[in-house]
Amino acid sequence: MTALVVCLLVFVTVGAMLLSANLVVGWFVRPDKPTAEKGEAYECGEEPVGPAWVQFDLRFYVVALLFVIFDVEIAFFFPWAVVFGSANQLADPSLSEPQRVEIANRLTPGQLRLPDAAAAQAFAQFAFFEMLVFFAILLVGFAYLWKRGDLEWVRSLESHEPVSVAETARVPHVESEVV
Amino acid sequence: MPTFNWIYTAIFIAVLVGAVLNTVAYLILAERKIAAWVQDRLGPNRVGPWGLLQPIVDGGKMFLKEDVIPAHVDKVFFLLAPMVAFGTAMLAIAVVPVGHTVPPPLPMVSVNPPAYNAPDTPVQRFEAMQKGYADQFSFAIAPGLDIGILYVFAVGSLAVYGVILAGWSANNKYALIGSLRSSAQIISYEIPLGMSILGVVLLAGSLNPERIVANQIDGGMWNVFYMPLAFLLFLTSVFAECNRLPFDLPESEQELVGGYHTEYSSLKLGMLLLAEYAHMITTSFLMSCLFFGGWHLPGLTTTNDSALYGPWGTAIIHAAVLAAKMFCFIALFMVVRWTIPRFRFDQLMSLAWKVMIPLALLNLVCVLLILQFGWPWWSMTVASVVLFVLAGAWGVWSGGNVTAPKRKVRKLPPGLPAGVV
Repeated sequence: MTALVVCLLVFVTVGAMLLSANLVVGWFVRPDKPTAEKGEAYECGEEPVGPAWVQFDLRFYVVALLFVIFDVEIAFFFPWAVVFGSANQLADPSLSEPQRVEIANRLTPGQLRLPDAAAAQAFAQFAFFEMLVFFAILLVGFAYLWKRGDLEWVRSLESHEPVSVAETARVPHVESEVV
Repeated sequence: MPTFNWIYTAIFIAVLVGAVLNTVAYLILAERKIAAWVQDRLGPNRVGPWGLLQPIVDGGKMFLKEDVIPAHVDKVFFLLAPMVAFGTAMLAIAVVPVGHTVPPPLPMVSVNPPAYNAPDTPVQRFEAMQKGYADQFSFAIAPGLDIGILYVFAVGSLAVYGVILAGWSANNKYALIGSLRSSAQIISYEIPLGMSILGVVLLAGSLNPERIVANQIDGGMWNVFYMPLAFLLFLTSVFAECNRLPFDLPESEQELVGGYHTEYSSLKLGMLLLAEYAHMITTSFLMSCLFFGGWHLPGLTTTNDSALYGPWGTAIIHAAVLAAKMFCFIALFMVVRWTIPRFRFDQLMSLAWKVMIPLALLNLVCVLLILQFGWPWWSMTVASVVLFVLAGAWGVWSGGNVTAPKRKVRKLPPGLPAGVV
């Protein structure tokens, strides 16, 4: 366990203590007079119809799925950005020796050989082309989502609305793709 | 790693948490005062001189009010949600520099490793550097975290749990709709937020916020000049992440009462509100550090401040400069609230998915190309501006205008209100 983990743990403990102290002290101080009215769901004075735990719109679920895909991809981007950024700085041949050593450490900590500018350049180029391929795959996926209509909010609402036969005849084009 | 000192850490945590909580209390007063100023009224002015004691009274009221837990809620999650919201907001601030910090020394590379006890070996130099680093005080709760930015994002994503638990457990339709909207909004804007910051990471070659600040100070140039578009995307995403107007659909008062905190009362409501403001403070610090050079201010700070002002003077000046930048962003948050009206939900989603994510991707590709081919630094700024102008032009061309939109609109027969078929 490093000192850093201890720092975070102390922070979490102090925070939890602060929160619970406030809640517990407040519990002794504040009034407690429950009535039947206070126990009801607040719907602006109307009697609530049924519980709120109902099936919600599928669109929120689609957004969550899209988020998972793109967030995982960002998680891939972060380490790559560090490596590519460092390799690119190292590829500058005008760097002095200590600067070179410092950046090389960031790139691969603890290694014993110092890469020269040409090696770093080759490494950066490799990272560059690798990421371009990744980008291309990503953009194809994004274009597919866009074309399929998953990024549109209103369109999927339309497919939920009942459309009468007479209206379908009147309106020339109604998109009704199932999400 | 800095040498861990229980006393310093505990004192610093107490001071920082106290400072954040008090700042939040006074931010609420500032918000009301600015709102009053924008709307040409007086604002709170009854408690103390200029209403300066208002936050204390508000806090006391929160503390002494009855804590109603309605009969129909899911008790476990209802109690847990404010703590999760508050906890994640405070955890994120742990790695954000709030004053003078120095990035930790990196592990040394030795080209030809000599014997360990030879004089002035890399090992000994590294140990000396470590000692120098451990001796000085860092203004961050967890200093020297090399995955700092990633940590902030991870914890920021956890904030969704507080919102969705609060809304779902309340068993109230307003709360459920508010929390669904909020979670969809927060996760959608998380993506441009992450992508816009990647350019900064590319430039600095590190995820450590302290090193990103040091990089800007060494170069003498703030990142915002390199990549104004990334900053704009980041700022917009932060507004959405903090549920601030124009993105405050989760708690749009006119339609959803209070959104996900409709059923909360007393101190639990206070904690949910506190979490939002704490989030604002964290993100403002982050923006100052990532895009505005941290405590760097040309004319006031130089690279050898400690020789000029002494250790205490340096600490105070750096903390003051950073805090001033942070308060500028907070003021921006508050003024924008009364300037731009709220978006519609479909506008909000298409802004994230169809405008900001493609723009962030293109911006990232531009930075990538410029770094790879070694073009001059100003080409990044030019690329940002060109992308921004192109996006605006494309938006105008493809969107039409309000009365004649280019998208397909289903025309209803005249005389019927919408929704009636």
